[in-house]
Amino acid sequence: MFADSKYADFRKEVREFCEQEIAPLAQQADETQQFPQAALDRLHEKGWWAVFMPKDLGGLGLNAVQYSIIVEEVCRVDGSIGLTVAAHNSLGAGPIYNFGNDDQRRKYLHFGDPQGYLIAFGLTEPQAGSDAGGTKSFADKDGAYYILNGTKCWITSANLCKYAIITARTDKSGGVKGISSFVLEKGMDGFSVGKKEDKMGCRGSDTAFLHFDDVKVPEENRIGSEGEGFRQFMITLDGGRISIAAMALGLAVGAFEIASKYAKKRIQFGRPIGDFQAIQWKLADMACQIEAARGLVYGASQLKDDGEKFTQQSAMAKLYASEVCNFCTSTALTVLGAEGFTSRYPVERMFRDMKLTEIGEGTSEIQRVVIAREILKNTQL
Amino acid sequence: MDFQLSEDQIMLRDTAREFAEKRLKPVAEELDAKGETPMELIQETAELGFFGLTAPEQYGGLGVDSLSYALIIEEISKACAAHAIMISVHNSLVIKAINNFGTDEQKEKYLPKLAAGEIIGAYSLSEPNAGTDAGSLQCRAIKTGDNYVLNGTKSWVSSAKFAGIFITFVLTNPEAGRKGVSCLIVEKDSPGMQLGVPEKKMGLKASDTREVSYLDGQVPVTQLLGEEEHGLRVAFSLLDAGRIGVSAQALGIAEAAFDEALSYAKEREQFGRPLVDFQATQFKLAEMATRIEASKLMTYRAAFLYDTGARNSKEISMAKLYASQTANYVTNEAVQIHGGYGYVKEYPVERYFRDARVTEIYEGTTEAQKMVISRALIKGDV
Repeated sequence: MFADSKYADFRKEVREFCEQEIAPLAQQADETQQFPQAALDRLHEKGWWAVFMPKDLGGLGLNAVQYSIIVEEVCRVDGSIGLTVAAHNSLGAGPIYNFGNDDQRRKYLHFGDPQGYLIAFGLTEPQAGSDAGGTKSFADKDGAYYILNGTKCWITSANLCKYAIITARTDKSGGVKGISSFVLEKGMDGFSVGKKEDKMGCRGSDTAFLHFDDVKVPEENRIGSEGEGFRQFMITLDGGRISIAAMALGLAVGAFEIASKYAKKRIQFGRPIGDFQAIQWKLADMACQIEAARGLVYGASQLKDDGEKFTQQSAMAKLYASEVCNFCTSTALTVLGAEGFTSRYPVERMFRDMKLTEIGEGTSEIQRVVIAREILKNTQL
Repeated sequence: MDFQLSEDQIMLRDTAREFAEKRLKPVAEELDAKGETPMELIQETAELGFFGLTAPEQYGGLGVDSLSYALIIEEISKACAAHAIMISVHNSLVIKAINNFGTDEQKEKYLPKLAAGEIIGAYSLSEPNAGTDAGSLQCRAIKTGDNYVLNGTKSWVSSAKFAGIFITFVLTNPEAGRKGVSCLIVEKDSPGMQLGVPEKKMGLKASDTREVSYLDGQVPVTQLLGEEEHGLRVAFSLLDAGRIGVSAQALGIAEAAFDEALSYAKEREQFGRPLVDFQATQFKLAEMATRIEASKLMTYRAAFLYDTGARNSKEISMAKLYASQTANYVTNEAVQIHGGYGYVKEYPVERYFRDARVTEIYEGTTEAQKMVISRALIKGDV
């Protein structure tokens, strides 16, 4: 049995909430390119901006399997909000909690407060995409401060966030060991947000560049020691990939369910199109692939909960689930025919949202690099 | 086999290419965002004669061969696939319908204006409940005196907003079922005709797509195209030409995406070297280019066969099937090669990816092509 099967009641409750509170926001968020305030508020009440955080920080203290269930279920009805949940919890709050000190946790992770807020994650730069170690942002030590200059791109929740954890080079000599991480606070002089990206999908999520122009960052905003930033972020991405895998799974399931219902009710040639073998096989292939992706997503989640190493498993889950998502959203769209090409059904949006899952938090190509590296490292001759 | 294009074909292709690169490519992103095509671009297209590609010279058309036609659609699609579909529907469905089935009067009345681009043609076959199963259409036309009275709804009508005529398929004899379908030339603003709101589509956003509905629509009986109850014969005879157009469109989208991906992969450096230095990227490019080459040969051959008059529906469906699948494959890979930049509108691959999807849906879905191909195979019609 999959690791998530013992959480059937939890999933049921999560699904009901998503269907009632999130699904109705999805289309407008996509059309207006605005992250819904209602989602920010309701998810805060629900505690979903602090899924992993312990109760004393206002969190739910849930495990990775439960977290994957939440991300999957949100994305089953809306990719944009699901992506925002994933980016904030895994990437934004995660590293501050895991690598920060108690003062930093208390300062930045105060989720018991009445107002919800988001934390963004800044790793990618215009010239450092798949090559994340090619970071050019530079934090120049100046007494008790660092003077930060540089740019980060494709930052989820760039406008909405209150804090951002970012990487910058503290040692000009190069190499990934010269990279450190810092928490930036909105309102710091020289810290600005670029124009909102006009994206293919996940249009309800808030994506923009972050610009640093002589930002004076106090030393106490550095997370961990100098030179630990790249390692912290790579560990963070191991977990983040599980959440993008869960996102891909949710989108695939959402599209598959719509296609299945459509196949059963759409009449052509005098019978439901589900009577045709060509459609039946599409449904069968979608269901098989979803089941396999589910195994990888919850298998990797369980490994994380068990405290095992899961770098390869999370990359495999992300790679496979995102490719399954591509297949399923595309196939579902095909089942819907011309209607699938329009916003009459959410499948059109899910298909556009899907493409992010093969790009964000490491492209499919990078997942293959990670997986192959682990395989070769662990192969004994 | 001779794979050389004629001088005329090269000239037409180059004319289309120049127009596409100079006039369409620079504005394609803007048209996509606005969701419309400005009249001046339609006018310029008309001046090139591209609305009369399939009309005989006696009616002011260029009367080009199908391969030339495919080359032009391919070039236009490289810059703006939405513009190409307007040209394709107008030429391969509307002009051909009137030219092949119209009376002399109908030809005289409509072909010169269509060929000159003074009026744009729309094609109305699908209905909400008649998609792949086109024969099950329900839009009813009852002959009453000098008019047909129309009631029903047609879906996915391209260019509906500004079209001058609509080739419309209606049921004149419900007892005869699929054999009771007739074809009418419906003029815009006919009494009882109503245009729906623009469809919110994933791609081809600059192309206008709507429902057209009739509430006691009045269409003179003289607007019957071909014989009464021979409507599906008209529709099915046009499928091949339409599919060559979409095949060429898919090919053009794929080529444009490939060109963008190749130049990006040469420029973009990661890990201290350009992406083209990585074998994974090299092999992606090789696979994309190979599939494009196959699509191109199939599309050109389908166009060539069409003009020979030989049985060729199977080959044409194969070309449409493969070229549209290739467009989806190639645009998907082109987005991957661009990474995050492929997901935003600053780079055209984002649009190519959205535009490619419909090539597997309209003029017969991929599944409908497989029905045509497998039927021909099983009947031994190879």
